[in-house]
Amino acid sequence: MAELHLKSWRFRAEREADWRRLETLLAKAEAGGAAKLKREELLEMPLLYRQALSSLSVARSISLDQSLVAYLESLCTRAYFIVYGARTRLPERIARFFIHDWPAAVRALWRETLVSFVLSAAAALVAFVLVQRDADWFHSFVEPGLASGRDPTATTASLRETLYHQGTAGEGLSFFATFLFTHNAQIALFAFALGFLLCLPTAALLVLNGGMFGAFLALFVSRNLGFEAGGWLMIHGATELYAIVLAGAAGFSIGWAVCFPGERSRVDAAAEAGRRAATAMAGVVVMLFVAGLLEGFGRQLIQVDLARYAIAGTTLAAWLAYFYWPRRTAAP
Amino acid sequence: MSQQGVLGRFRRPRAPRVPYDGWRELVTPEGVDLKLKVGAYAERFSALLIDFAILFGGLALFSLAALGVFWATRATWSAEFLGVVWLLGVFVGRNFYFLIFEVGPRAATPGKRAMGLRVAAADGGRLTADMVFARNAMREVEVFLPLTFFAARGEGVDGALVSLGALWSLVFVVFPLFNRDRRRMGDLVAGTMVVKAPKKVLQPDLADTERTAARGFAFTHAQLDAYGIKELHVLEDVIRAGDRKSMAEVAARIRAKIGWEGPSDVADRTFLNAYYAALRGRLESRLLFGHRRKDKFDRS
Repeated sequence: MAELHLKSWRFRAEREADWRRLETLLAKAEAGGAAKLKREELLEMPLLYRQALSSLSVARSISLDQSLVAYLESLCTRAYFIVYGARTRLPERIARFFIHDWPAAVRALWRETLVSFVLSAAAALVAFVLVQRDADWFHSFVEPGLASGRDPTATTASLRETLYHQGTAGEGLSFFATFLFTHNAQIALFAFALGFLLCLPTAALLVLNGGMFGAFLALFVSRNLGFEAGGWLMIHGATELYAIVLAGAAGFSIGWAVCFPGERSRVDAAAEAGRRAATAMAGVVVMLFVAGLLEGFGRQLIQVDLARYAIAGTTLAAWLAYFYWPRRTAAP
Repeated sequence: MSQQGVLGRFRRPRAPRVPYDGWRELVTPEGVDLKLKVGAYAERFSALLIDFAILFGGLALFSLAALGVFWATRATWSAEFLGVVWLLGVFVGRNFYFLIFEVGPRAATPGKRAMGLRVAAADGGRLTADMVFARNAMREVEVFLPLTFFAARGEGVDGALVSLGALWSLVFVVFPLFNRDRRRMGDLVAGTMVVKAPKKVLQPDLADTERTAARGFAFTHAQLDAYGIKELHVLEDVIRAGDRKSMAEVAARIRAKIGWEGPSDVADRTFLNAYYAALRGRLESRLLFGHRRKDKFDRS
């Protein structure tokens, strides 16, 4: 009776079992990643996938059963994403990020990093000079909420007090550290995301941040507390300001790619810059976490200025070496 | 491409714009076009709403639980510990909820999964973690910035600034409305897009000729030439939907059109099935000889 069947019917009957097999494998892989599959199943998957693809091509040209074609399209698409999707496991991925991807992304951003650093430093310098000339400028640079009493009206003694404030026996330190970390990370992500808008908002954020830094420093220098304040700021600032400079650089690289895409199309340029910048940004979040720990714990527990400076210097040197130390390029 | 200097860039002829139907080609390395469908606005918006409901619902529950534990223990160490846990939880939730789900093998958040969507690399390559990170970091300006502007209140100049900011941030919100693949800004920066990836079930073949032939249905070539592929597909939809009323209507139409003189006491479904199988057989065998008859007006 086989003669009576349509060719497309027979075509389907012969291959249906394989499609169903692929479907069960896919369901398994989608539920728990490719790691869930056994060795022979892993080997089977690409074969079944190619078979399904060729079935799809044939079905498109000989079968008019639209539900069959739609099923095969969905099956092949799912299989395509599994077969060609990333299959590195998470620990490997993370190791690769720290060993290779992150420093490489930061190194690729060196021009933007320089620009972003110069912008922040210039803003800090301007704010410093202005506040030294006229203390009222301080209020234009620093939000009252962030200053929390550390403004030109405060007495020298109370300012000194803030530098060596110890909390009450370590209480609230971890909460404080966490708060600082989440707050700064949010700001950094923001600076990155705003870079898409032709760099301008990112530049503004960097200038604001630098200005605040300069104004604070000027205030303390005017009370002869410059050295102490430097230690207080830099123990975590070496990491934190560096992270913010990098976040700005990541934002700039995207904005720059959008403005001046070169040979590529604007969209492609933005996508390429965006991916590289995103890797750097993931690292920035890590850096800010470290900075939050240093700020929350280190600064409160370590009260000696020289020790503070030593930690600042060490962390800065460590970051610089980690990012820019020449190394062999890893295989892709 | 154009190496004739600056003017060449402006003179480059533009490809004529084809009306966009929401399909996008994705050619696999094996050379087969998988024809992806770009996720529709409504689906993506519903997915976002579902995700936000889960996210903020989860965060609210989490905060309540933290408060509950605090009230139950009332110890100072627990207050601090809970504070840390809460802050970190909210931070991770806000920034990594989307990331964690989208780097998984399904490349979709629960909301997207519910709407049959997934994230894919726009060039058809593999979706990497940095792409997912980039597209979700941009959410900051696309969702949270406008929300802050709309929530902000101000008087006088401040008010004007806030409304200007709201207008400005609206640009990011409506961005997906103005490009071909409905990509939002994060998609553009990451080089990704959101596509339909529904899980389809293999349905039974309607053209089971062995059965229908046994019933003694026979159609002449003239009767089968009344319709083309488009009508065949509509007929398939009608039979699969299985709605009695529409089947009766369609069966009556077809009987009238082809001048059916066979037994009239058979059920509509049986008749439609038989006609479907016969029509598909006819169209498919013509297809094998190179005639793809689009619809009933196609007289090739």
